[in-house]
Amino acid sequence: MSENGKEQPRDRVHTFAVYVEDKPGVLNRVASLFRRRGFNIESLAVGHTEKDGVSRMTIVMEADDLIARRVEANLYKLVNVLRVEDVTNQPAVTRDLALIKVKADASERAQVLQMCDVFRARAVDVGPEALIVEITGTEEKIESLCELLRPFGILELVRTGRIAMTRGSEVPSINPEFVAAEVPNGISN
Amino acid sequence: MKRTGAQIVWEVLTQEGVEVVFGYPGGAILPTYDAMLDYPVRHVLVRHEQGAAHMADGFARASGKVGVAMATSGPGATNLVTGIATAMMDSSPIVCITGQVPSAAIGSDAFQETDVTGVTLPVTKHNYLVTDVADIAPNMREAFYVARSGRPGPVLVDISKDAQNATIDYVPQDGPWRLPGYRPDLRALPEEYERALELIEQAEKPLILAGHGVLMSGAMQELLKFIETTQIPVAMTLLGIGGLPASHPLNLGMMGMHGEAWVNMAIQEADLLLAFGMRFDDRVTGNLKTYAINAKKIHIEIDPTEINKNVPVDVGIVGDLRETLETLFPRLPEKQHTDWLAHIDELKGDAAVRDIQSLPDTGSLYAAHVINDLWRFTDGEAIIVSDVGQHQMWEAQYYRHEKPHTLITSGGLGTMGFALPASMGARFARPDEEIWVIVGDGGFQMTAAELSTCSQEGLKVNVAIINNGYLGMVRQWQEFFYERRYAATPMHNPDFVKLAEAHGLAGRRVEQRAEVEDAVEWAREEPGTVVIDFRVEQEDVVYPMVPAGADLHAMIRRPSPIVETAEGEAS
Repeated sequence: MSENGKEQPRDRVHTFAVYVEDKPGVLNRVASLFRRRGFNIESLAVGHTEKDGVSRMTIVMEADDLIARRVEANLYKLVNVLRVEDVTNQPAVTRDLALIKVKADASERAQVLQMCDVFRARAVDVGPEALIVEITGTEEKIESLCELLRPFGILELVRTGRIAMTRGSEVPSINPEFVAAEVPNGISN
Repeated sequence: MKRTGAQIVWEVLTQEGVEVVFGYPGGAILPTYDAMLDYPVRHVLVRHEQGAAHMADGFARASGKVGVAMATSGPGATNLVTGIATAMMDSSPIVCITGQVPSAAIGSDAFQETDVTGVTLPVTKHNYLVTDVADIAPNMREAFYVARSGRPGPVLVDISKDAQNATIDYVPQDGPWRLPGYRPDLRALPEEYERALELIEQAEKPLILAGHGVLMSGAMQELLKFIETTQIPVAMTLLGIGGLPASHPLNLGMMGMHGEAWVNMAIQEADLLLAFGMRFDDRVTGNLKTYAINAKKIHIEIDPTEINKNVPVDVGIVGDLRETLETLFPRLPEKQHTDWLAHIDELKGDAAVRDIQSLPDTGSLYAAHVINDLWRFTDGEAIIVSDVGQHQMWEAQYYRHEKPHTLITSGGLGTMGFALPASMGARFARPDEEIWVIVGDGGFQMTAAELSTCSQEGLKVNVAIINNGYLGMVRQWQEFFYERRYAATPMHNPDFVKLAEAHGLAGRRVEQRAEVEDAVEWAREEPGTVVIDFRVEQEDVVYPMVPAGADLHAMIRRPSPIVETAEGEAS
């Protein structure tokens, strides 16, 4: 509780789907915005979309609702950002992908593979001393598998960061092309 | 028609109605400078690129049009940065055109190569790196559009040398520009207007906080109509000054760190704050935890990111201020706030006796006297371009601006060295008006080289140096908060009169208050730029002062023999 009795907003994980023009430097503009406003990115994944010239970023950050709204407004302010969706409160599918290199010789391999099975993860490369496991799922699921594999020795770990998509057939329309309206040039007294 | 990229730059500038460009040539922008000679655009050769950006900014603020600065790659472009950041903080529309090394050399650490779009990314509204001649015209047109629309701001276009040299078949285009992600036209929902009207209806102690947005959206008449119907008093931000005539009975004056005591007290006591085109900067709020805690807040602001940024508000209305006030006007309740206004008048009484103008003349020349006299002898009608520091605050307190766009100053960034070059830009926007630069001895020396530009270009501005031999505002902080340990604030200055004369300009020194009127008259008569060195009291202090981060009502007040005597008698 704050001094004036209003409840302080609490931090929680927010997920934004951000549609941007696929142009050089746009990732830098977005990253720079987070840095200079002191917003902390937990993960950022970016790639092409179904539409030519449009990329989509999934940005995950921990923030209270007020900060989250400021992030949204600040993202919109970037000229190359087409649309921002805070999908935190929407029914959505979220996925993270991890590749995990686990130390496992012939004697341990079967045990590791068995665990992977439970998590619907699969071995994508097997060597005499180690194997690479691929897993997709929520962050929690990936964390759990990592916990179980840690005793064998995780040699390397790489993750894509979260990507998200809302459920249902409704597709968010990326802003219609904005055509500049006339603005006055010169002062009016 | 066949055109080189360099020619296209000027084609677009002429199409945009640009008549003057402030700049400095160099290797990577040479093709564009060569093409310039065939186009009817005046070029002002500055002495440092920072001056070019400030001139473009001063031009923009005095005209409402987009100002243009030009520089070469590398150091030329990086020298613009302070000026760009200044324009960014104060929402001033400028377009900066910089040359870049040939595209094949970009990224190779070539001679005079800097990643200028990278460097300026956080201090521009948007920027472009152009390496294809076909992109020059569309990107430049977009740059002008982005700079002046929505919440205005600086846009930089960095053009590689090979793109300037390349030739294409050029057909002038007149839009529409393809800016799919750019939305300067955001508007509030009707519910927001309803809630705002409700709060205005209920308020007993309402107060308007008028910011730069009043001037930028041209909402001066609408503000006047608004307050004459609702009888709500108005406090001004530094950049809002001029948005309402200083003499209007509902204009309380400036708020904030060096705002009038009664204004800050009124803010703290208000039950409704209406923030019009301002952004609750820390210099106007003081401690946010104790800021206007009893007030509901309505924020009308064109930039959605400003709403709920520093101060949580009850109603946020996104939109152009003038349009928003027009929308609200037909349904505004007619009000009389007699008790509230009487209470504010009481608060004023105490401050008046502390005013330096009411204190006995000690024979010393005070900056506040100089500025007050300047106001009187120019009939309050000059355009004032102030720099940053004590004199800037005294200007805001003692030069009473009746008309809009007559105060140009660096508010948000607080850029010392801004005033002289900005005044030169303003000169092109307002050729027939009297322009005075009010500047400290410190700030003046940061861009004093532009006197040479004044001389070469035949520009007339009157420079009033408020010379106290210190970096006065910093010294004031040292006096209050660092036990008078004057670290690096005393200044040993050159002879400013001789400096003016060395530039072929006239100079004069003033040491007595009695000489002020004559000096002002003399400056007005002189055909060229003049420099007046006002030797003012060295250790003077700007009152009142809210220490940084302190509660807005916790002001340090001017010690007054009158008030102290009265208090002594009472106890």
